[in-house]
Amino acid sequence: MSYKPIDFLDERLGTAKFTRKSLNKIFPDHWSFMLGEIAMYSFFILLGTGVFLTLFFVPSSAPTVYHGSYAPLDGHVMSQAYASTLNLSFNVRAGLVMRQMHHWAANVFVAAIVVHLLRVFFTGAFRKPREINWLVGSLLLMLAILEGFLGYSLPDDLISGTGIRIAYSITLSVPVVGSYLASFLFGGQFPGDKIIPRFYTIHILLIPAIMAGLLGAHLAIMWHQKHTQYKGRGRTEKNVVGIAFWPAYAMQAGGFFFLTASVIAALGGLVQINPIWMYGPYIPYKVSYAVQPDWYMGWLDGALRLFPSWEIVGFGHMIPTIFFPAVLLPGITFGLLMAWPWIERRFTKDSQSHNLLENPRDNPWRTSIGVGVMAFYMVLFFASSTDVLANTFNLTLNFVLWAFRILVFVIPPIAAFVAYQLAKEARSVPLAGTPRKAMVIFRSPGGEYTTEESEPRSELVLKHSVFHGEEPLPLPEEARIHGQEVQTPVLEEERFVFSAPSAVAVVSEEIGERPSGGSGVYRIPRGAPGAGGGLFSPRGPRPASDGEDSEDEE
Amino acid sequence: MSSSTPELKQSQDKERLIKVSERRFERVVGVSFLLSFLATVGLGVVYWQGGQTQVEGALLFIALGGLGFGIVSWGKYLVPQGPYVQEREELQSPESEREAFVESLERGANQIQRRSFLVKMLGAAVGAFGIITLFPFIRSLGPQPKKMLYVTNWKKGSALVKADGTKVRATDLEVGGVLTVFPDGHPGGAISQTILIRPSFQDIVTKPGRETWGPQGYLAYSKVCTHAGCPVGLYQELTQQLLCPCHQSLFDVMTGANPVFGPAPRPLPQLPLYIDSQGYLRAQAGYDEPIGPGFWERGA
Repeated sequence: MSYKPIDFLDERLGTAKFTRKSLNKIFPDHWSFMLGEIAMYSFFILLGTGVFLTLFFVPSSAPTVYHGSYAPLDGHVMSQAYASTLNLSFNVRAGLVMRQMHHWAANVFVAAIVVHLLRVFFTGAFRKPREINWLVGSLLLMLAILEGFLGYSLPDDLISGTGIRIAYSITLSVPVVGSYLASFLFGGQFPGDKIIPRFYTIHILLIPAIMAGLLGAHLAIMWHQKHTQYKGRGRTEKNVVGIAFWPAYAMQAGGFFFLTASVIAALGGLVQINPIWMYGPYIPYKVSYAVQPDWYMGWLDGALRLFPSWEIVGFGHMIPTIFFPAVLLPGITFGLLMAWPWIERRFTKDSQSHNLLENPRDNPWRTSIGVGVMAFYMVLFFASSTDVLANTFNLTLNFVLWAFRILVFVIPPIAAFVAYQLAKEARSVPLAGTPRKAMVIFRSPGGEYTTEESEPRSELVLKHSVFHGEEPLPLPEEARIHGQEVQTPVLEEERFVFSAPSAVAVVSEEIGERPSGGSGVYRIPRGAPGAGGGLFSPRGPRPASDGEDSEDEE
Repeated sequence: MSSSTPELKQSQDKERLIKVSERRFERVVGVSFLLSFLATVGLGVVYWQGGQTQVEGALLFIALGGLGFGIVSWGKYLVPQGPYVQEREELQSPESEREAFVESLERGANQIQRRSFLVKMLGAAVGAFGIITLFPFIRSLGPQPKKMLYVTNWKKGSALVKADGTKVRATDLEVGGVLTVFPDGHPGGAISQTILIRPSFQDIVTKPGRETWGPQGYLAYSKVCTHAGCPVGLYQELTQQLLCPCHQSLFDVMTGANPVFGPAPRPLPQLPLYIDSQGYLRAQAGYDEPIGPGFWERGA
């Protein structure tokens, strides 16, 4: 078969080979591989909604008197940035839903990156040969947090303005060059009139461009190196087992974009976020009580609260106290994060390439370190609400602060220890992680119970996927190109694919290692009193392989 | 049925099951797309009618969700799932390839390095270009800090004004009262903002050497927190403490705004006050130390 556009492109660019390989690329299938996709799709949604917002937002600190449709602020003096944000929220059709989707997507974006990072960490996916992508991903996380903070700052409301003030103080705290950095960034003394337009340029152009480039690199490297996969039947370090890019993966991943977008749209439309009109415009001498930044800044805010009032003074110079929690801590955090693949390698002395993922329990040391570090940042995160906690639980601020100062050192080792023990325990359980056969309880028509080791997950599989075969096979086109024997799956009426006609009967052993343990199946034969209920009993006609049942029918 | 062989029956049963299952998924996908279509039409109507945030969100959810659910279900249940297998190609190049690469690299480098004088000239030209163009660019972003962080608009004799510019009289505050003030001519300033508190009617001495700074119970402190620069906006009359709402630093008003709790490292600078002959509050002088958070050049 020949198509004109394909010939046109191939004669000029030689695209057929690369695109064929791409269409036939095999993607291992596992839910945890979708986390990165959520991040990527959130990024696309951020780009789309962000472009919309730029059409209405005015990045200017110039004062203006508000006379828009939000009556409580009528006649107030405010920056054009704040006024235009009010305007796009209240007077632009679909403006508020777009703004809230943008904000929600940002929160989802960073969350998805973090969870994706945790998946990659705990399964050891960062090991050779994927250290470069670990670095690229870490950079993306840093930039995402920075980008989120900049976007949060743009509306110039009372809370974001206070955030900018803190950012100014943090810039100022950098040893040696701090005052120069702050003066150059803000174009002079705080607040000045340059920071909003500058943040705007960095937020909508500079960082998104860098992130788009890094995301492209992240994907290209993943594409080139091929995906990692979990251990399982037929899966080795040297192959990839899964679904083909075209059409199954393309449809699942493409459709997943719309699912991500739909959740973000629901949040954007139905769950209010950052109602800036309730905070009022930024006035430098005003401040709001009990304010928290967006969640991904929480650990920094918590660290600022917990760090003692130590200031280092000497030789006519000063290292301000906030340098430690707000500059040094993030520096160490991201430094260690990026160095982790090499740190781990120093201890494991493992120079092999790895394409099979580890179960977290298979590597108790790494798992416990990861859990401990996570616990540390979780405590810092919760410390960003010391005032709210003190109010809610009627405690003194003093008590809450000291409790957190102690917990931040106590919880992580405990969490790490528990994780280590759990991992070791889980590993020592015989048959942990291997599939077990379900026990099936039968009730005879007379009411007598018997148990039997299950047969077959066949019907479960059939129920969930009509088109699920048995043995992994190469795609026919790929096999042909590589001169292998083309193993055609058994096609019945060209609709479904099975490796053998007896598939239904033999599935039990073959479905192989699923990460989940066995589950009990409670099945009542048809015709028996109370039949029709029970877990997994299909509503439709049942396969004949159901042994006993079919006996009843006849 | 009873006459057929077990294998045939099995195969027929399977086929029937598959047909049923397939039809069910086709229906699911079709309904998803239909819902999506209807929601999109609804979205258009809502938008055309002037828009409504919650309805837009809900309809977008259905429109996008229907599309996504339909496509994913189609891709998962109505097209072959394999599993397929593909061999990984070796990422590493053969030894000979790497050697050839290094040779090529060195060949080119040698051809360039033969003219070592030109290499140095090129280095000088590019280096100079980088330095001369980059530094002025950074420099033009803003002024050098110089004395910027040491001075405020408070001067000797500055009258205390409110945010609206009106002068503050010694009779303006009751005991327990608090007011944000600025130097005359600079109302609303972010750096000069000062918090005026009146804990009593008597003169207050907060520290030795500040005997005249608190006339008639008026105390004035920089409102910029010495921790991270937030406005120290909350005054607790009962304990006579100032609280910074950002990171919960507490300052004791009667002892020179000493930090008594939280992460703030230094007291808030105190502004020396006097009451002029007309009863207006004025500053004896500006702050005697830089206000706000610390920085490198600041000695103590």
